[in-house]
Amino acid sequence: MNRISALFASRKEPILNIYATAGYPNLGDTMLVLNALQEGGVDIIEIGMPYSDPVADGETIQQSNQVSLDQGMTVSHLFDQLKNMRPSISVPVLLMGYINPVLQFGVERFCQKCQEVGVDGLILPDLPMAEYQQSYQSIFERYGLFNIFLITPQTSDERIKQIDAVSEGFIYMVSSASTTGAKSGISTDQETYFKRIEAMNLKNPRLVGFGISDRESFIKASNGASGAIIGSAFVKLLGNAKNLREEIVGFVKSIKGLK
Amino acid sequence: MIDAGISFHVSEKGYYGDFGGAFIPEMLYPNVEELRLHYLEYMMEPSFQKEFHFLLKDFVGRPTPLFKAERLSAKYNTQIYLKREDLCHTGAHKVNNTIGQILMAKRLGKHKIVAETGAGQHGVATATVCALMGMECIIYMGAIDIERQAPNVARMKMLGATVVAAQSGSKTLKDATNEAMRHWINHPVDTHYIIGSVVGPHPYPDMVAKFQSIISEEIKWQLQEKEGRDYPDYILACVGGGSNAAGAFYHYLDEPRTALIAAEAAGQGISSGHSAATTFLGKPGVLHGSKSLLMQTEDGQVIEPYSISAGLDYPGIGPLHAHLATSGRAKFFDITDEEALAAALECSMLEGIIPALETAHALAVFGKLGAKPNEISVVNLSGRGDKDLATYQKALKLND
Repeated sequence: MNRISALFASRKEPILNIYATAGYPNLGDTMLVLNALQEGGVDIIEIGMPYSDPVADGETIQQSNQVSLDQGMTVSHLFDQLKNMRPSISVPVLLMGYINPVLQFGVERFCQKCQEVGVDGLILPDLPMAEYQQSYQSIFERYGLFNIFLITPQTSDERIKQIDAVSEGFIYMVSSASTTGAKSGISTDQETYFKRIEAMNLKNPRLVGFGISDRESFIKASNGASGAIIGSAFVKLLGNAKNLREEIVGFVKSIKGLK
Repeated sequence: MIDAGISFHVSEKGYYGDFGGAFIPEMLYPNVEELRLHYLEYMMEPSFQKEFHFLLKDFVGRPTPLFKAERLSAKYNTQIYLKREDLCHTGAHKVNNTIGQILMAKRLGKHKIVAETGAGQHGVATATVCALMGMECIIYMGAIDIERQAPNVARMKMLGATVVAAQSGSKTLKDATNEAMRHWINHPVDTHYIIGSVVGPHPYPDMVAKFQSIISEEIKWQLQEKEGRDYPDYILACVGGGSNAAGAFYHYLDEPRTALIAAEAAGQGISSGHSAATTFLGKPGVLHGSKSLLMQTEDGQVIEPYSISAGLDYPGIGPLHAHLATSGRAKFFDITDEEALAAALECSMLEGIIPALETAHALAVFGKLGAKPNEISVVNLSGRGDKDLATYQKALKLND
């Protein structure tokens, strides 16, 4: 069973997914960040593969991508960093990035590498459903990778149903029309949107992303879903941290309400 | 020259051969899908056509002349016509597309406009139609381009647009496009994105090509009047994203007697590491919503391009042009900064027309084309050079 499915099947408490840009703040920090996240009690780790032109991302993540690239991060270097992450990292791991570096690496070779190092799923926001179904789905499935799709407040019910049908693991519910890190907090409008989706009785659980930065917004978002995703707020912490491990552990515990 | 089995028109799924598609985040899907479903229907409406052609005539000043460049013709010992898009209101062909798209935005019920701009020509053309229609207008422009195209920045501001500097990456057209897309992601409901070239997700490349196709539509009847035949032997245009070339080529895509000639910005030379010649240096990849040829590293990171011309300073190319290049339907030339500057000076001195730096790349092809004395060439004179005067003054030492 894919680690993602196992997690959602067994968990009652809200699930916390945290995004971290690979090779940030320093090129060699990737594994340190993963270990600290797990130590703090994170449920899913989403590793950002840096890209020169991340159009769905706001300033914070863009900048971290650029720093990581300038430090020499590449797709193959990332796989090198992750090659011994299992079994010490036991939580599900997702790679998030943009389609072009994956195309250049070779889609099949990329998926094979993901399986080798123990990646459970992919989030590629500029790979739309139609292209995925036509050219990628069979390859992803061959290597046991879940492709995580996004829905937004503007996504029609009909399309949400199509996305639900083709999704595995969970659906990434974007809380508002925005790039990452653009807004903070969860409004009542957004809570209404979460409830509307909940009422659709989809086969896949949802995690809410965008605008989640602290325990309060995490709890609010989790009321209408299985949990939530934190990205920009955590990347900001990475950029400013003096004691990386300690601050990461503390951050995760604060979100989960642990001491 | 043309393989009968190859189509140069967009497929149902938005592809030109292997290139095209709509690689966009889900946040943009509803807008792009709405456009895809309706753009042809809206464009074909008699009321749309009537308004479009009325504005092209009385606001833009179309048809633009097809001018026989006698002294250039004599110099290169061939027959050269200039399609005078530089005489369009706002000084370049860009306005053909912005007129079309602002009418489209109205039909889509949008009342705010966002756009990217490189040289500032598309930004000015967008700000102009927004003023005309009373719509709010935000233009993203690379910080470097804001410096080198100052007159156009002032024009946009005078037309009521907000100009926002793109500070990321190379601070040029690519980054302005990223920022415009991000703005659209953040304002999907009330805003239409007027892309200025034949790039972006389907249906943008096809829609922009269709709005620009007025250029070759006019060339056909103008050439018929002047030469007794409606096709040239060569049609030449510069290509950054490729909108003026798409418009000039459009009605000749399936005309085997017309060679399509595209000029790309080689910058300091294609081997110099400072270039924007995508068909020479690019590989298939995805940028700004479509699969096309793209200048990129082995790792799939987009390379920051270089050209003296802000309008050609782009690491990609429209998917139609990628298809024209790889299928051999169009011949691409790499033109350096230096060659373009010389061609600009030559056109100014021989014909009394100061061309835009972008356009000068197309004019520079005559030194390499080898057109015969009786052959007819049409160059799309896509824009005028006023905006480039500061660059010309410096590079051509006009103040000495």
